Amino acid sequence: MPAPKSGSTLRRRGTSALAAAFGVSLVLAGCAGSNVAGDGGSDAAGSEDCAAFAQYGDLSGKRVTVYTSIVAPEDQPHIDSYRPFEECTGAQIVYEGSKEFEAQLPVRVQAGSPPDIAYIPQPGLLNTLVTQNPGAVKPAPQTVAANVDQYFSETFKSAGSVDGTLYGAPLGSNVKSYVWYSPQAFEAKGYTVPQTWDEMIALSDRIVAEGGKPWCAGIGSGDATGWPLTDWLEDVMLRENGPEVYDQWVSHAIPFDDPRVAAALDRVGSILKNPAYVNGGLGDVSSIATTTFQDAGLPILRDQQCYMHRQANFYAANFPEGTDISENGEVFAFELPPIDPAQPQTILVGSEFVVAFSDRPEVQAFQAFLSSPEWSNLKAKAGSELGQSGWISANTGLDPANLSNPIDRQSVEILQDESNTFRFDGSDLMPAAVGSATFWRGMTDWITGQSTPDTLTFIEQSWPASQ
Amino acid sequence: MTVVDNPPGTTAPGFADPPSRSAAAKKRLTSSWASLAALVIAVLWTIPTFGLFLTSFRPERDVQRTGWWTFFANPDLTLANYGEVLFGGSQPLSGFFVNSVLVTIPSVFIPIILATMAAYGFAWTRFPLRDTLFVAVFALQIVPLQVALLPLLEIFVGTGLNGTFWTVWIAHSIFALPLAIFLLHNSMRDIPAELVEAARVDGAGHVRIFTTIMVPLMKPAIAAFAVFQFLWVWNDLLVALVFAGGTLDVAPLTVRLANLAGNRGSNWYLLAPGAFIAIIVPLVVFLGLQRYFVRGLLAGSVKG
Amino acid sequence: MTLLDKLLQLLVAVAVFAAVMGAVLFVADRARGRRTDLVSGLAFTAPALLLLLVGLLYPAGRTAVQSFFDASSAGFVGLDNYVRIFTQPDLVVVLRNTLLWVVITPILSTAIGLVYAVLVDRTRFESFAKALVFLPMAISFVGAAIIWKFVYEYRPNQQNIQQVGLLNQVLVWLGLEPVNFILVEPWNNLLLIVVMIWIQAGFAMTVLSAAIKAIPSDIVEAARLDGVGSVRMFFSITLPSIRPAVVVVITAISIAVLKVFDIVRTMTGGQFGTSVVANEFYRQTFRLSDLGMGSALAMILFVLVVPIVVYNVRQMRKVDAR
Repeated sequence: MPAPKSGSTLRRRGTSALAAAFGVSLVLAGCAGSNVAGDGGSDAAGSEDCAAFAQYGDLSGKRVTVYTSIVAPEDQPHIDSYRPFEECTGAQIVYEGSKEFEAQLPVRVQAGSPPDIAYIPQPGLLNTLVTQNPGAVKPAPQTVAANVDQYFSETFKSAGSVDGTLYGAPLGSNVKSYVWYSPQAFEAKGYTVPQTWDEMIALSDRIVAEGGKPWCAGIGSGDATGWPLTDWLEDVMLRENGPEVYDQWVSHAIPFDDPRVAAALDRVGSILKNPAYVNGGLGDVSSIATTTFQDAGLPILRDQQCYMHRQANFYAANFPEGTDISENGEVFAFELPPIDPAQPQTILVGSEFVVAFSDRPEVQAFQAFLSSPEWSNLKAKAGSELGQSGWISANTGLDPANLSNPIDRQSVEILQDESNTFRFDGSDLMPAAVGSATFWRGMTDWITGQSTPDTLTFIEQSWPASQ
Repeated sequence: MTVVDNPPGTTAPGFADPPSRSAAAKKRLTSSWASLAALVIAVLWTIPTFGLFLTSFRPERDVQRTGWWTFFANPDLTLANYGEVLFGGSQPLSGFFVNSVLVTIPSVFIPIILATMAAYGFAWTRFPLRDTLFVAVFALQIVPLQVALLPLLEIFVGTGLNGTFWTVWIAHSIFALPLAIFLLHNSMRDIPAELVEAARVDGAGHVRIFTTIMVPLMKPAIAAFAVFQFLWVWNDLLVALVFAGGTLDVAPLTVRLANLAGNRGSNWYLLAPGAFIAIIVPLVVFLGLQRYFVRGLLAGSVKG
Repeated sequence: MTLLDKLLQLLVAVAVFAAVMGAVLFVADRARGRRTDLVSGLAFTAPALLLLLVGLLYPAGRTAVQSFFDASSAGFVGLDNYVRIFTQPDLVVVLRNTLLWVVITPILSTAIGLVYAVLVDRTRFESFAKALVFLPMAISFVGAAIIWKFVYEYRPNQQNIQQVGLLNQVLVWLGLEPVNFILVEPWNNLLLIVVMIWIQAGFAMTVLSAAIKAIPSDIVEAARLDGVGSVRMFFSITLPSIRPAVVVVITAISIAVLKVFDIVRTMTGGQFGTSVVANEFYRQTFRLSDLGMGSALAMILFVLVVPIVVYNVRQMRKVDAR
């Protein structure tokens, strides 16, 4: 018997398996779609009106890849909002969302295969990318800088810059200093929305006296567990000590374990570590650590298991579909009240930034588009049409009426009110080793029993020496 | 020269069992206690999975509020979750499914072929440093693949392969090689030397011995490893993420399912059906290759 | 890329691979004379060795070097990273946890897999029974994490609130208070280890079942005729006969345990004193961008596997000597 050719048995089996796979693939091919501007959602803008897009030129046949941490279903309005741009300029936007974004982006940048554009969720990450990969991140082009100057406040502009150079324009933003509550429950019990911190504490005591649990909270978030507590601390720092001290704290001009920070954290503890106050509908104090931030506010809707939940405007998306979010409805939000009347009422905000790794003309055109009011309005309409809420933009050209959710509209009005004082989320501005790691970890340890001084010292020691 | 499936001198496992007497003895000794113990273990092992299976059919509100065992008191099932996973979203699941298939099949065959050849080299040929190299290969099992992600990615980018399936195939093959070589080598060494000698006497060179004796006899071991490798690649997320990315171009099923949980909601009610949709193919493969498992990985590793 | 493009890629890959393999085997075949073994041996092993060199050895070497540098690999820091690992309290806990994992998991998985394999051997529902225990292996780690979330989940024992996790439901049915298991240090480690045992027992069972079936039946028959009871049979015949298989299984599971971090990452994020070296490595490298620490942790993993390698080499030498 002649010797069979090398490995032929295996390859024959391999070939038949491949043939089978081929057959299966052909069958499934009929269902294959594309990842460009999906079929959900209707046209966000008529394709006739391309006048506004003439400035971007003709980009037929060009591709721009976008990498983000925004996955389904929130990615759909994004993808839809690009359609007018694609139709009028001829460019193709390839959208990729991944929950592993924060771990994967630095890998791709370092390996030399970055996306064209990335939506960076924290300035700290932007800072790390710029400093560790010189030349990889491209400064914002002139068109974007002009838009930022015209449509965004100083807070956002400086958050998107590193060492004075603007790298990214804000994309979507959020207003953080809200307390969610149920107007119907308040009405039923005769409670009123507190206007000062003391009133809020008095209300909490009253709820306890009447047999309820006033607060619910949750900080669970996988790798990022702990971040909601950082928002709590930042809000209290702003209200107790004012914006200047806050800036010093964030930039490490004062140490992390400064007595004022400790006092602020203890004030947070007076609510969150108080077994009488928490954790409505979810357990005891330590359950704050294991409850996911998405689940944490839901007890408000469940038979008054909890009355107040401090969280940003994007929390609206977590309530079940059909929940009546309105001033007299099932759930609404009031601004976290001031503590010290001498300090200006400051709003804590956050944002994502559009950062580019390439300076090709089509990439720059898309960047400019994203920083324009046209895009904000397109995105707002696309989101509303899909019934999504919780997304806003700090672009002053955004028309609040395009948003479907009253909290969103209210947040936009707050953002566009120039008389307000804003500060960017502190943990997002701090170096990544602190703001995306030890701060979160420290807060988690703190809520499960570690003392305030130990926690703050731990975080202080982790601050990178160079900064 | 003939090729035999069961070399003389060893009993083909599973065959030629002396009937009745030892079987009867076995049955007597396999008491009801043993069956009970086995049953308990099987039940314990299956309950958690069964829980998830039920959960995948329950409506969203129920999933968040009550345990799956309440189903028996309040049956309320829905196919909506499966519908949403399969057909929802702008990118149909079938596209990712195709990618999974296209990623997995070469990632199983390439390392098996390479490892079988290498195992033969280590087992049946002699060259300087052979044993040292083998220990080194074995030790490489410990290298976590995360360590290799960035260097490999740099190499791929440098050679322009990035964004194709090549990167995933090569990466998966590399990560599978140490264990594959180890397991196949173990199995290969137990093939009786007489067979090889006989073939040598007939004038066969290494290649002929490899293809006509080794490979057929290694079928069970190869099949067993193939199942494990298939499982591993099919369920892999990290390698796919790093080397394939998340676009419909090359991303497999696991990437899509990982993103299902959504940004805002902890969508367990979607992850449950997602997990089961993903499990169907590996389960089919496992059941299909069960017969090889009987004669499994270490057939013949036992000497009398 | 259209479907056609992808399939084309696949066909090209097959063709290229076949060509390369064909060339290798051709070279191996041509060698004759005194250097047959040398050339053939190298030809057979070269493709795999080459890939391993580039894909695993080079990165491992790079990692080793990086472990002596700082976070961005710019400044040499000597043994600083290692000192930190052994002195910083939370990192010491990580080491302790890893040792727990690597000692408990292989032994228990193998024991349970072995016992189960013996129990269902030659029974009527053998295939089905084995499939049940194998099932956890087929579910991805993400699936497993979700499954066990529904076992360990905690809800307070208040009115209108139901338990969602099975274990706590059992506690409540027994009249006890529900426990937030994930938070209970250090026992939460054991709960996560249980998940890994649940998965790996299937692997052990599969391999050991095959090994049991390979035991020559004349030996078993002879023992039965001698009146050997099943327990003695197990310890004096079965176990010694499958010893190599048991070694393989324990080795493979140990190494898998050292590398796996998905379970920890998904269930606790490494919080509450549950992190293991592999998880910490991922966190330091990808979240904190501290390549120095991450590399040092990876080196710890390498060191931890040395005893396993040594043991296996000894076993192999023993078999060779037979």
